[in-house]
Amino acid sequence: MAELKAEPAAGPRRTRPLSPHLQIYRPMLTMTMSIVHRITGAALYFGILLLAWWLVSAASGPNAYANVEWFMGTLIGRAVLFGYTFALLHHMLGGIRHLIWDTLHGMEPAERELLTIATLVGSISLTLVVWLVGYLAMGGPR
Amino acid sequence: MVEITLPKNSRVTEGKTWPRTSHATHLTEFKVYRWNPDDGENPHVDTYFVDRDDCGPMVLDALIWIKNNVDPTLTFRRSCREGVCGSCAMNIDGTNTLACTKAIDDNKTPLKIYPLPHQPVVKDLVPDLKNFYAQYASIEPWLHTVTPAPEKEWKQSHTDRTKLDGMYECILCACCSTSCPSYWWNSDRYLGPAALLQANRWVQDSRDEATGERLDNLEDPFRLYRCHTIMNCSKACPKGLNPAKEIATLKKAMVDRQV
Repeated sequence: MAELKAEPAAGPRRTRPLSPHLQIYRPMLTMTMSIVHRITGAALYFGILLLAWWLVSAASGPNAYANVEWFMGTLIGRAVLFGYTFALLHHMLGGIRHLIWDTLHGMEPAERELLTIATLVGSISLTLVVWLVGYLAMGGPR
Repeated sequence: MVEITLPKNSRVTEGKTWPRTSHATHLTEFKVYRWNPDDGENPHVDTYFVDRDDCGPMVLDALIWIKNNVDPTLTFRRSCREGVCGSCAMNIDGTNTLACTKAIDDNKTPLKIYPLPHQPVVKDLVPDLKNFYAQYASIEPWLHTVTPAPEKEWKQSHTDRTKLDGMYECILCACCSTSCPSYWWNSDRYLGPAALLQANRWVQDSRDEATGERLDNLEDPFRLYRCHTIMNCSKACPKGLNPAKEIATLKKAMVDRQV
């Protein structure tokens, strides 16, 4: 097959400007969720570090573990954990959505919007459920 | 690469407001991207007021009205004015579509008009689509055969012919490709929705005998797999086609031939 090649623009009088893109394009739901999928994917790298820190501390001894437990108990620690839970669930549901699309299902106009809304609603409610169940298991916030 | 901002020479500034024509009672405000290669200035957005009692219903009618009545220097491509040529593709009210089939009243006002996104601008609303056409050529959009040509035509059953529905209608207006963020960041290597829909059109053609080579040509981390099912393409297509689905079909064909 032919290699891709575009002829260079024939001597423009001035360098042609690039037309606006992200600045002017109307945010579409599927596009926004795709961006969120990317952001949550990146956030998960840091989430894994968090998990590793927790496991290493558990292996290092009670003092190190107490430090981690103290940090996770602070307001900032809880916010980070909450964000991590959401990132994990959103990215997981997004992954399932992409898996469905890879099988050529759910790609028609109404279906793709529904699937996309479902991942958003699903990830928010699952995050809340996980935290609710967690706190119930602990017997309320401490 | 991802770019959030525009290069310095591409930043859009406030342009001039052109005078209303007298006696008009029913006016619609248009904000139109302008760039002149000869005046040495940055692109700017000009404001026009269109007399709706003297103008047809479509966005293209309004552009022609502006060119005829207010500002003859306004530059844009148009030809068929009925959605079959694809010349008047542009970004209207934040989404790519054909000016000739988009009704003025289906948009928010003031009505914002820009050239197709992330393309070099030749003048005003005219983008340079050289790369887009080169990508189309690279998929070799014609019938490839090795068997000797039949005496008359290459025959195709009705069922096989229907496999091309949803693809043969493509008019190559570039609305889909230039709506795709993945294409914005990687158009040097990613073929984009239009070229890939066309690639699938030939892969699915029962008469074509180069399916393997065609798929080999696309087996590349960028050419095909830069599609992340963002779906802007399918939402933008003014012909109601579904490029995202055709790309997914290609990806599936890649898997199918390996198992």
